[in-house]
Amino acid sequence: MKAPIQVASAAPAPEAPIVVNGLTKRFGHFTAVDNISFSVSSGEVFGWLGPNGAGKTTTIRMLLGLMRPTSGSARVLGFNPATQTKAMQAKVGYMSQIFTLYNDLTARENIRFYGRVYGLSQEEVKQRQAEIIHMAGLEGRENTLTRDLSGGWKQRLALGCAIVHRPQVVFLDEPTAGVDPNSRREFWGLIYAMSKKGVTVLVTTHYMDEAELCQRVGFISQGKLVAIDSPAKLKQTQMRGQVLEIHSPTPDLVMRALQNARQAKAIPLDEVALYGAQIHAVVPDARQYIKSIQRLFESENIQATSIEWIAPTLEDVFISSVTRPADPAQNNGVLRETVTGVSK
Amino acid sequence: MPMRIQRLTALIRKETTQLLRDRRTLMFIIALPLIELFLFAYAVSLTVYHLPTAIVDQSHDSQSRAFIQALVSSTYFDETMVAGSEAEAQQAIDAGQVKAGVVIPPDFAADIERGDANVLILLDGSDSFSVQSGYSAASSIAQSFSLSLTAEKVERMGTALGNISGTPPIVTSTRVLYNPDMKDLWFILPAIVGMIIQTLAVAQAALIVVKDREIGTMEQILVTPVRPIELILGKMIPLLGIILVITAIILGLGVFWFGVAFQGSLWLYFWLSLLFIGSSLGLGLLVSTVAKTQRQAQQISMVIMLFSMLLSGIVYPRNAMPLIPQAIGDLLPLTYFIRLSRGIMTKGVGLTFLWQDALVLVGYAVVVLLVAAASFKKRLD
Amino acid sequence: MEIAIFATDLVKTFRTRKGPLNAVDGLSLEVGRGETYGLLGPDGAGKTTTTRVILGLLTRTAGKSSILGFDSMHDTYAIRERVGYIAQQFVLPADLTVIENMRFFASVQGMSPEMQEKRIPELLSFAGLSDFTRRLAGQLSGGMKKKLALACSLIHEPQVVMLDEPTLGVDPVSRREFWNLLGNLRAEKGVTIFVCTPYMDEAERCNRVGLIYSGRLIASDSPAAIKRQVKGHLLELRPGRFVPAQAAVTGLPGVLEVQTYGDKLHLFVDNVAQRRPQIAAALAAQDISHDEIREVEVRMEEAYISLVHRREQAGPEERKAA
Repeated sequence: MKAPIQVASAAPAPEAPIVVNGLTKRFGHFTAVDNISFSVSSGEVFGWLGPNGAGKTTTIRMLLGLMRPTSGSARVLGFNPATQTKAMQAKVGYMSQIFTLYNDLTARENIRFYGRVYGLSQEEVKQRQAEIIHMAGLEGRENTLTRDLSGGWKQRLALGCAIVHRPQVVFLDEPTAGVDPNSRREFWGLIYAMSKKGVTVLVTTHYMDEAELCQRVGFISQGKLVAIDSPAKLKQTQMRGQVLEIHSPTPDLVMRALQNARQAKAIPLDEVALYGAQIHAVVPDARQYIKSIQRLFESENIQATSIEWIAPTLEDVFISSVTRPADPAQNNGVLRETVTGVSK
Repeated sequence: MPMRIQRLTALIRKETTQLLRDRRTLMFIIALPLIELFLFAYAVSLTVYHLPTAIVDQSHDSQSRAFIQALVSSTYFDETMVAGSEAEAQQAIDAGQVKAGVVIPPDFAADIERGDANVLILLDGSDSFSVQSGYSAASSIAQSFSLSLTAEKVERMGTALGNISGTPPIVTSTRVLYNPDMKDLWFILPAIVGMIIQTLAVAQAALIVVKDREIGTMEQILVTPVRPIELILGKMIPLLGIILVITAIILGLGVFWFGVAFQGSLWLYFWLSLLFIGSSLGLGLLVSTVAKTQRQAQQISMVIMLFSMLLSGIVYPRNAMPLIPQAIGDLLPLTYFIRLSRGIMTKGVGLTFLWQDALVLVGYAVVVLLVAAASFKKRLD
Repeated sequence: MEIAIFATDLVKTFRTRKGPLNAVDGLSLEVGRGETYGLLGPDGAGKTTTTRVILGLLTRTAGKSSILGFDSMHDTYAIRERVGYIAQQFVLPADLTVIENMRFFASVQGMSPEMQEKRIPELLSFAGLSDFTRRLAGQLSGGMKKKLALACSLIHEPQVVMLDEPTLGVDPVSRREFWNLLGNLRAEKGVTIFVCTPYMDEAERCNRVGLIYSGRLIASDSPAAIKRQVKGHLLELRPGRFVPAQAAVTGLPGVLEVQTYGDKLHLFVDNVAQRRPQIAAALAAQDISHDEIREVEVRMEEAYISLVHRREQAGPEERKAA
């Protein structure tokens, strides 16, 4: 086997399709997006995860050229969205569950509208209509008014309209909210099919579940990028503490005992919560503290059928990265920044 | 970036498709202007014909009868009733039974021979149109009657025209009741008060209910022990209070700033206004049962306002309208309130003459509130 | 166990432009006192309609439903005095302050001013809103609005609380806190809690869960029991070529079901040790690369999909032939 030959590259490495550097947006005194930097590689499926009001939508709007950043920069496919807006928008697709489709137009009419608006010729529009209707499984329904289509179809149709002009970068805004799990799976199958063809996909969602499906995820909370990595690595590196699941015929007694122990700082518990008939307790080290908890139960005569160390969910990880260690005097962890309690 | 025709056509095509599919808006855009056209053409007219008139014939001779005949055949006046005296005629105008009175004094024929006959025309000053129509009609009819009489005399007596005295034998003197100076504002303000109240009450009542339903706060309240009637009253009573205050302000300004007369009982006016506001609120509630969104509620309120303006008697006289527009006007609480308002403010009369209109308002309020209450169920459907 | 919420063969029909539609189509469930019951399913499956019918907010078309023994249609006001409810678009009057909202709901529930003075501070502290009494409700963050709604719905110490998608769009910390509040409520006062949610992961927070699909329950049991209803163990792998891989593994002996998961495949097999090498072999035969074949835990979402598949396959004969 020959060693690979090193060739000096003649041209600079191609820029990533999405590059964000120190992006900031302020509305008066309120900082919606706070110095965010990240990039998304070609063909990657990237998740932008955070609750409503955290700054997800504002970031996307800046990337789409709908808002000017206060400071920092962004480049999408080499364009500056703020100054080369129309040129960039012609090469980028955007899908929003609520906003993309016109409810009083049929599926075909929706596709045609977007096709023409993106500059496709009549023949191209016809071809895309056929392709998208097939992709969305809408055969037989192409002349139904969109408002009469169920969630799963609408979703796929909206995606089709967003990629009618075959863009290299697609932004999907909360694409599967409320849709049934099966349709959601099919939809994600479509996303990955696109990704295999080299399309870069950025998905925003507040659904922790959905973030698991992305190749890489960025957590945004209160305007800041809190963590960014693959879901698996995030669970390994970002989780503060380990999660124990306790089964017991008397969950209420378990709750009380653990909460008292937490208050008295007898056992370092980050969180104690009731999950159905089980209790979840977060401790710094599972092996060490399982024993402490067993001893506690024995001394108080509490029955526990099992105490297991379970894997954290992405939600556990998210909460862990945005809160500081719990103050035992209160019930839960508190957000790092002061909670202003003000909606945007 | 330059505009591209292709994109523009795509947008036009989309918007047209959407517009054509929106039945409600289409109805609004097409049907409403047509209705307005027909209303204007048929219902609205400035000249009043067939003024209901009380005739006081104290002569009962051929000349008086001929004169009365001339008045009636002109179609400007209708011989609605016969009164025995000027006082009786005036009372009939007070009661609203007639809009005009014609008093022919005794010895009419003899006076005409002498060339010195006088006819008294009484006009309802609270009704601007009647005044204008009646005034000009009466004088011109009297004048042409005079001319024909003179021509007859000339024929009979064979005298040259030059020998006839210049003054016509019949002179009409007109007395405008209640509003002797014929101030327009005195006529318009009582009606405007009603118009403002009704428009405000209908729109606000409808919006306040539909808004709750639209946002969803309705559901959250329904799930408590609150009863539907409590819900409605809870919304309407504050509105009632505020509109009452506004009414007082408008009236105050009208009387003290604009100098409009207020001849009758303020206390009575207060109670009738209360009644009227209640009816209008009820009408608004009815609208809320039909309108699904705030926009629809506003559109329907606007249509009601349009009909009110044209058909309730504020601007255009009702007795000049054909059957259908009059009937529509009869459905509006404003029509009755205007009569009450003018009756009290301008004419200075009381419940003895106004009780019919007041009763209608009572009935209206009751019916409308019952219907609205029935449609406010303790469920969402 | 005493039953708090009860529905049998519940049907709700709506008249639409396309004819009658059964939003709830023969649904039966039971919730015991002190239980936390989750009604799980996507938008349009019938969660909100079911909740509204049981509460008496919508007219029941057929079947029976009751709360604490009171029939939904006939004893509606009795229900309203004993049940707390947060609607999906729960919107509380945004132009009233936190404290004004609480006083309003307390008065409407017939609570005397003395009781209010005692109860309201308790609830505010429970919900973590004590420092925000004078804030206008419309200016609270999403999470706090939900907590205020919860506090208002608990004012009259209801024995049953029904919540329709209470954590929709709320930040994870607030969502966690909200569920902890519910947990405390149950632990301390034995309140029965009925929650509708599209979030499959919230199933873990419930004692029992009902999976709703097209107006019917396809399962109603504890989360663990439902997951056990899915036959087989779950293997996950990421194939190099997706569509060929899917074709290659479907129909292999012992592969009971195949689900897609983004760029991964989920295979339900009857025996991990036996089938894993067989699957690897099948893929290798088609020259399809893949990463490690791991066993993963079955989550509620996989269970939901599996049960829906099963129901659809149990349908008319023609579908089986397809």
